Amino acid sequence: MAGSDVLAFIERILPDLLRGAVITVELASMGLFLGLVLGLPTAFLRAYGKGLPKYIATLYVEAIRGTPLVVQLFIIHYGLPDLGLTFPRFVSAWLALGINSGAYQAEYFRGGIEAISAGQMAAAQALGMSRLQAIRHIILPQAFRLALPAWTNEAIYMVKYTSIAFMIAVPELLARGKMIISWYFRPTETLLAVAAIYLVILWVVARLMRLVENRFKIPGIGFETDQRA
Amino acid sequence: MSTLSPEPVKPLLDGSLKNENEKKREIVRVSGLKKSFGSLEVLKGIDLSVREGEVVVIVGPSGTGKSTLLRCINLLTEPDAGHVWVDGAEITARGADVNKIRAKTGMVFQEFNLFNHLTALNNVAIGLKVVKKIPEEEARRRAMEELERVGLSSKASSYPAELSGGQKQRVAIARALAMDPRVMLFDEPTSALDPELIGEVLEVMKKLASEGMTMLVVSHEMGFAKEVADRIVFMEGGLIVEEGPPDVMFSAPKKARTKEFLGKIGAIHGGTVVA
Amino acid sequence: MEKVALVMRELPFILGGVGTTVQLAVIALAMGFVIGLPLALMEVYGSRGVRWVVSTYGTLFRSVPLLVLIFIFYFIVAKVAELSNFSAAALAMGLRSAAYQSEIFRGAIQSVGTGQMTAARSLGMTRFQAIRHVVLPQALRLAIPGWGNEAAVVLKDTSFAYAIGVAELMRRAEYASARTYEPFAIFTGCAAVYFLMTFGLTRLLTRVESAYRVRT
Repeated sequence: MAGSDVLAFIERILPDLLRGAVITVELASMGLFLGLVLGLPTAFLRAYGKGLPKYIATLYVEAIRGTPLVVQLFIIHYGLPDLGLTFPRFVSAWLALGINSGAYQAEYFRGGIEAISAGQMAAAQALGMSRLQAIRHIILPQAFRLALPAWTNEAIYMVKYTSIAFMIAVPELLARGKMIISWYFRPTETLLAVAAIYLVILWVVARLMRLVENRFKIPGIGFETDQRA
Repeated sequence: MSTLSPEPVKPLLDGSLKNENEKKREIVRVSGLKKSFGSLEVLKGIDLSVREGEVVVIVGPSGTGKSTLLRCINLLTEPDAGHVWVDGAEITARGADVNKIRAKTGMVFQEFNLFNHLTALNNVAIGLKVVKKIPEEEARRRAMEELERVGLSSKASSYPAELSGGQKQRVAIARALAMDPRVMLFDEPTSALDPELIGEVLEVMKKLASEGMTMLVVSHEMGFAKEVADRIVFMEGGLIVEEGPPDVMFSAPKKARTKEFLGKIGAIHGGTVVA
Repeated sequence: MEKVALVMRELPFILGGVGTTVQLAVIALAMGFVIGLPLALMEVYGSRGVRWVVSTYGTLFRSVPLLVLIFIFYFIVAKVAELSNFSAAALAMGLRSAAYQSEIFRGAIQSVGTGQMTAARSLGMTRFQAIRHVVLPQALRLAIPGWGNEAAVVLKDTSFAYAIGVAELMRRAEYASARTYEPFAIFTGCAAVYFLMTFGLTRLLTRVESAYRVRT
């Protein structure tokens, strides 16, 4: 029977796909983390910095947002060896995703920072806080909450965009699917299974982020509203 | 414009009022109107008749269905039961041409609802162009006349965002008037205005009344009601509690509840309404 | 300097892909608009069933990664319908953009506010007339910034068509890099071309936006 045949096929390829899914999730979470590490300081440099540091932060954000992720990946993986920097495939993909995400995250955090009124900084400084203390204790906690919905979106984008790692043969979910297609040539079932696994991952991510948002909710700091909208 | 004799306090004036008005054509008739939102019954059976040239002001506490009643008359809100006739045509009838009948009523909203992407002139002209299919030039000419009528021809090319609240509401009145309505419905037209801007809108409304426009007004402006209304309708809890000419309603209402409400609101609005 | 000269020599070949890239982006965006706008209207004004269908479409096409969509259209749809690689990529990108554009337009329509619709209906306009003359002219203006974002995303994502061998900018850069053994110089040059395109596009849309701004 065709139905049970399809099921049997999917059962056969599922373990392989799931191994790919693990790599997808690893790439996504590591990429998000690198993006956060790069994005937060960039946001503050753009919001409060001046001179060269601010200029560099702006250049980073604009250069990344103005070019495709695939090109960035190819520059890192195929281009940097020209300059003597060679990375394993997984590391190249991670760097590309993280550096790319950092530029977008910087914009979300900057949006959050700029949505906080100047009065907050003034009030903090009036209490005797230094600029850095004010940022750390007053601005950051609010900006973080304001940026959360956009950050949730970023997490979801990140999972989807990990699929570009396939282009440099990182064995993540899509790459495994592509391999399975070339072995069995049953693209319909394989691709639908791959798509279904992505949907499940995204569903879990959305759920997790909802938990995070609820955990950090403070009345009056409205992060129900999407900053991107 | 009152068609009544300005005879003061005489508790049973209803008879003579009826005779006076019987000759006039009925513009709006509402019968047995009911409307619920979920489990909340907002209108519990309303009967109301407005005759040509009459100015009827509906008063009552907030949330008693005054606005809903107004919106049921042009079917912006669909009633659950009852019938509404506008200028002889039943808008609630099956297969009624709602848009055509609706165009016979002009409505003015609390929040103005001017079309933000159009200049004052085009706000007034768009109904003429789209609904009445009047050619561009003619529509603009007539829109200009309506703007003159509300004293705003100088603001013809301003966008809503460039107008004050009072000016916006006057444009909204002109927009409704341009459609040549048989009756104007005013839904708290001054409630969203700063106090100093209320006067100019009320002036326009008084002028309309004096020109013989049939008007149905939901308002808390007791001064306006006293001065301009032919009849005051007091609504509470989804029902009409009492109606009558302003002098009777303000000085000698039949129902205790009417007296209490009109007295209170008169005091709040600084009027000297209670005898 | 020698590398710059090299990129310069390869540039005409790489730029030969700009046409394909732009074509792909324009087709995807146009398709997204033609499908996305009605979807948005259906989601705002449609019955419950219609809204469910539209939102399921949206969720699916926004959730499945573009590369997976492109493969689905390349391996499955294109084989059945005998489409070229380019068409498969354009179809995948267009239907995906429709899902995103419908979100953008839905948000814009909803932020126009119900008062505008009510006022239009009170003048005797039909629902359709009110949408056509009052709601849409405002919603389309409000949607310009979001649409600009989407246009930039689509333009950049055309590079995904590389994966099924469409000879767009990225694919040509890869050929050039293989020919010259200078991937860093070539891909950086390619990045610069993309940057100029998105920069120009953003500039253009900012112009459009300020020309059509509705003051509220």
